[in-house]
Amino acid sequence: MTSSQEATNHPEKPRIATVSLAGCFGCHMSILDIDERILALAEIVDFARSPINDYKTFDGRCTVGIIEGGCCNEENVHVLEDFRKNCDVLVSLGDCAINGGIPAMRNNIPLRECLEEAYLKSPGVYNPSGTIPNDEELPLLLNRVYPCNEVVKIDHFIPGCPPPADAIFEVLSALLAGRTPAIAYGDLKYD
Amino acid sequence: MKKITIDPLTRVEGHGKVTIHLDDAGDVKEARLHIIEFRGFERFILGRPFWEVPVIVQRLCGICPVSHHLAAAKAMDRIVGGEQLTPTAEKMRRLMHYGQIFQSHALHFFHLSSPDLLFGTDGSAASAFAAPREQRHVLAVAKSFPELGRQGILMRKFGQEVIQATAGKKIHGTGAIPGGVNRNLSVEARDHLRKDADQMIRWSKKAVAVARDFTMDHLLEIATFGAFDSNHLSLVRPRDGALELYDGVLRAIDKDGKTLVDGLEDQRYLEALSEEVRPWTYMKFPFLKTLGPQHGWYRVGPLARLNTCRFVPSPEAEAARIEFQAVTHQKPNNVTMAYHWARMIELLHAGEVIRDLLDDADLQGEDLVTQGPRREEAVGIIEAPRGTLIHHYRVDRNDQVTMCNLIVSTTHNNEPMNQAIMRVAQDTLAKKPEITEGLLNGIEVAVRAYDPCLSCATHAMGKMPLQVQVVDAHGAVAAERIRSHELDAP
Ligand code: SF4
Ligand code: NI
Repeated sequence: MTSSQEATNHPEKPRIATVSLAGCFGCHMSILDIDERILALAEIVDFARSPINDYKTFDGRCTVGIIEGGCCNEENVHVLEDFRKNCDVLVSLGDCAINGGIPAMRNNIPLRECLEEAYLKSPGVYNPSGTIPNDEELPLLLNRVYPCNEVVKIDHFIPGCPPPADAIFEVLSALLAGRTPAIAYGDLKYD
Repeated sequence: MKKITIDPLTRVEGHGKVTIHLDDAGDVKEARLHIIEFRGFERFILGRPFWEVPVIVQRLCGICPVSHHLAAAKAMDRIVGGEQLTPTAEKMRRLMHYGQIFQSHALHFFHLSSPDLLFGTDGSAASAFAAPREQRHVLAVAKSFPELGRQGILMRKFGQEVIQATAGKKIHGTGAIPGGVNRNLSVEARDHLRKDADQMIRWSKKAVAVARDFTMDHLLEIATFGAFDSNHLSLVRPRDGALELYDGVLRAIDKDGKTLVDGLEDQRYLEALSEEVRPWTYMKFPFLKTLGPQHGWYRVGPLARLNTCRFVPSPEAEAARIEFQAVTHQKPNNVTMAYHWARMIELLHAGEVIRDLLDDADLQGEDLVTQGPRREEAVGIIEAPRGTLIHHYRVDRNDQVTMCNLIVSTTHNNEPMNQAIMRVAQDTLAKKPEITEGLLNGIEVAVRAYDPCLSCATHAMGKMPLQVQVVDAHGAVAAERIRSHELDAP
């Protein structure tokens, strides 16, 4: 997480980008749960675009891209494709990225019913014109929530909802050191 | 053709986009924060057995999962007739909740907002209160203010450890079940947390001082920055109106402190509140029914809570509240940037509550769950870190959920955030539909003060792209700008 200028001064430093698509941000919180280790990590890597700093687009190639969440709208798909283009290695972090997770519970329900429940049927709703949000500013929702690996090639998968911080730290350390990650049995979660 | 667009608002979690609308004279008439994600929780939860709900719905938000977990559990307590929790169950949940307030407020302040407060005012920033971009993260704070940065990281860690000790996991645990909890607090966990509790309170007091000094040193700019009068709403403690975050009654006041709603029991929230749907955003607009959609909107969250409560029931935080209130001569504070100071006072309060709870032997009690006559409908309301959170369910005789209504904290602040953006735009645009760096920064800083959990709000969470458009009176785009790292696309 240095400025782009500093980043070019240290071209050898690996760069990590992260994004939350149709996730709850819990996987990002689990990244932060590495706690003080993030200070040491920041010594050896640069953070490129990520919700935890203020960089919003890619400004160069990244070593590792970490994806939280699956794809529930067209924008998620574009962002994911952008990550594939700009990152050497892509990691699906957590159940939502891997199989759609809880948001994919809508997959066997017509989208229209989901919208009607929230905007027409909910008790206390004031909606005299029967509006369902449909502005051009709102990206199109996909018919269902897609796992990331159905949209682009994903290189690594870390299971869990969210995966424990220790698992994330191990995978990052291994990828940066060029070895195969070895997640301890207790850190492999399928919740 | 003219239009302004800002895209990504990174450290405000979730997706968003802003359009600014001008009238014929070229003056700002409206600002819209578009929430562009939709999840469908209220529909896909239907048909699920009720005991799954507290665990499923916390996946609305990984930043405040405990709030959803507990709001749903409180509703399900009533479904099983177990709302009179055992002392152990109630205190375990309280501890979990105040742990969450502590971690979330620390996260917001140190990781998301302190760069603006620390770097945005040193003269190097493009506009007041906005840190230069390469410094807008906790690692930059840790570099320039090593002590403060480290403390921020360790304070969040402490809150997360309280959650882990009560819920089994730092994120998406399973501590609360209908009618109670599934564990008590082990003596080892208690002693581990006790070790750090006093340190956390000392650091919280320092954080209060940072937020207070920032506010007092910039009182003039802050008084008008994204500021506007509003009503305020929160839960308060029933008997004495004290600040109460886990369980209370609804109270609303107007901008001057006049009572609008008082002592309203959580089960009856629909008597006071309604939500308007607008076509341009997935986030609804709640309002007080007595005042209607035009005038009935209100603020929630730390600022609103310090305005509605009569006092804070812990000594150090109460002393801080009295200092806070003196600035507005005991009247409600309607200044957007005052949220930061209020939030740190709550952080200190949460630290004090946690410390005191850890001394309570009820946490090691064995009586965890209670039950009574079954109900088919129930409401659970809690004060989440960002404000009042409402969960409302119906459950049929087969134990399946048949109705679910969620009004999350950030949704209550929908209109206030639009108002704040409008104020910033009015002050910055000055009849020129030109999106300057100052406007972009101002919008981000104003929105960030509300700590929006857009993930919660859309029943989703994601990155927050900020894209700003200025639209003229005929609906044509006057200027558009997408926030990006190096390059600002036209
Ligand atoms: S996997 Fe779990 S923690 Fe991660 S984004 Fe999905 S719901 Fe949140
Ligand atoms: Ni949230």
